[in-house]
Amino acid sequence: MLYAIFCYDSEDIVGAWTKEQDDAAIAKLGVVKQKLAQAGRLGPTVRLMPTTTATTVRKGREPIVLDGPFAETKEQLLGFYIVDCASLEQAIETAKDLGRASSSLGSYEIRPLRLFHPGSLAT
Amino acid sequence: MNEVASLDAALVGARPQAMGALLRHFRDLDTAEEAFQEACLRALQSWPAKGPPRDPAAWLIFVGKNATLDRLRRSQKQQPLPADDALSDLDDAEARMATQLDDVHYRDDILRLLFICCHPDLPATQQIALALRIVSGLSVAEIARAFLVSEAAMEQRITRAKHRVADADVPFEPPDAAARATRLSAVATVIYLLFNEGYSATGGTAHVRAPLCDEAIRLARLLLRLFPGEPEIMGLTALLLFQHSRTPARLDTDGAIVLLEDQDRRLWKRDLISEGLALLDKAMRHRQPGPFQVQAAIAALHGRAARPEDTDWNEIDTLYATLERLQPSPVVTLNRAVAVSKVRGAEAALAMIEPLARQLSGYFYFFGLRGALLQKLGRDEEARNAFDRAIALANTPAEAAHIRMQLDRLAKS
Repeated sequence: MLYAIFCYDSEDIVGAWTKEQDDAAIAKLGVVKQKLAQAGRLGPTVRLMPTTTATTVRKGREPIVLDGPFAETKEQLLGFYIVDCASLEQAIETAKDLGRASSSLGSYEIRPLRLFHPGSLAT
Repeated sequence: MNEVASLDAALVGARPQAMGALLRHFRDLDTAEEAFQEACLRALQSWPAKGPPRDPAAWLIFVGKNATLDRLRRSQKQQPLPADDALSDLDDAEARMATQLDDVHYRDDILRLLFICCHPDLPATQQIALALRIVSGLSVAEIARAFLVSEAAMEQRITRAKHRVADADVPFEPPDAAARATRLSAVATVIYLLFNEGYSATGGTAHVRAPLCDEAIRLARLLLRLFPGEPEIMGLTALLLFQHSRTPARLDTDGAIVLLEDQDRRLWKRDLISEGLALLDKAMRHRQPGPFQVQAAIAALHGRAARPEDTDWNEIDTLYATLERLQPSPVVTLNRAVAVSKVRGAEAALAMIEPLARQLSGYFYFFGLRGALLQKLGRDEEARNAFDRAIALANTPAEAAHIRMQLDRLAKS
């Protein structure tokens, strides 16, 4: 079974780390990642840019584009895509395309990636 | 990361929200600061054993408020209350209630805190010092070091600023839309000044002042999280990220200035540039151009160019023309002239800056650029005069050294 593990943390605190503290935290995680990779168990890993870079598209007949991250608590995270886009505009269009293809309401939060490692899972 | 460092990050991260709420409760900067200090002391006693709470800001607000109320009550009645026991039993449920109450005010609390520090009645140097002390929590010694003044002088500057804002009487009611916009714009300007304070550092002072840039970026991101739909705050944050991305390449190993076109672009911090581009992309969608967005767009064109010769000077010229309309100033025209010299040549650029001579007669960069343009046109004698003036007006030894290098080149040609 494949599992996704999402990281939640306080942006106030992580944002207050010095570069040294950030590097140290990443290095510690790197050790765990390396073990997983050696065992052939590590898929894509991602570090997102800060929530200030987020844009949210609310699905609907006329989709609404909002600045900022997804903020509702009535809905749950059900999945995600990683898409190569030339611009935010293209990313928004892509989200709208996805929205047109699904009949439910709900939202897409668009966040640029800061880091992307494809991983080495056999699929 | 060791435990102390992680506690420290939690306290620093929670500071603006906690200080903002405590200021709303006590309506006095000194009392709010004492309350926050008291809460931090108790956090340092309690957190290492129990682990930090889920919501550090709510904890600090709750503890700071109670401890201070008890202290005030005690000093009034001379009656000791069993405050410490009650407080050490503080559980998450109480803190949660306190947050729910405070969350409503969260945004305006922080904005008010920032705005009080950035109050238009204060001179810029006091605004920056007060913001660093109150919002960022830097010690007076740290701020004094960054400004290259004595601790006593900085202490005095901050005290004076506090008195001034106490007299200025900033209203504590939630602001209406217009007042909020005014506060936001005043705060954005001071964050920009704070960044420049760190960015203009050179040579021997660069290492003590660079943290000011990090702090300015942290505050800009904070502001943008509070006001996620403000294109000018996106522009401001993007601008600071672009500028800061070049920091590793701006000075050589001797601390001498390296001009943009001579910088080793491999040293630029790519992750900051990407974040800036993402923010600028967001801002552009609003189609409400403002000075920060236009400056960010100019910086982005430099950030995008892999080599100096790839720079889109035509577009930079156009953007500066827009900036001249939005925010007319001789300095903007002077900057535009650099782009004009690339697009239409030194002659055109020189014609553009000549009318500025009187307004910029005390401005280092004016004579630096004038000299460089005259030199390109082969008017060596006039170029030498301009460079001499520039040296006399240099703000730092590195600036003077840079012009001297130009003079040496002139002498050799």
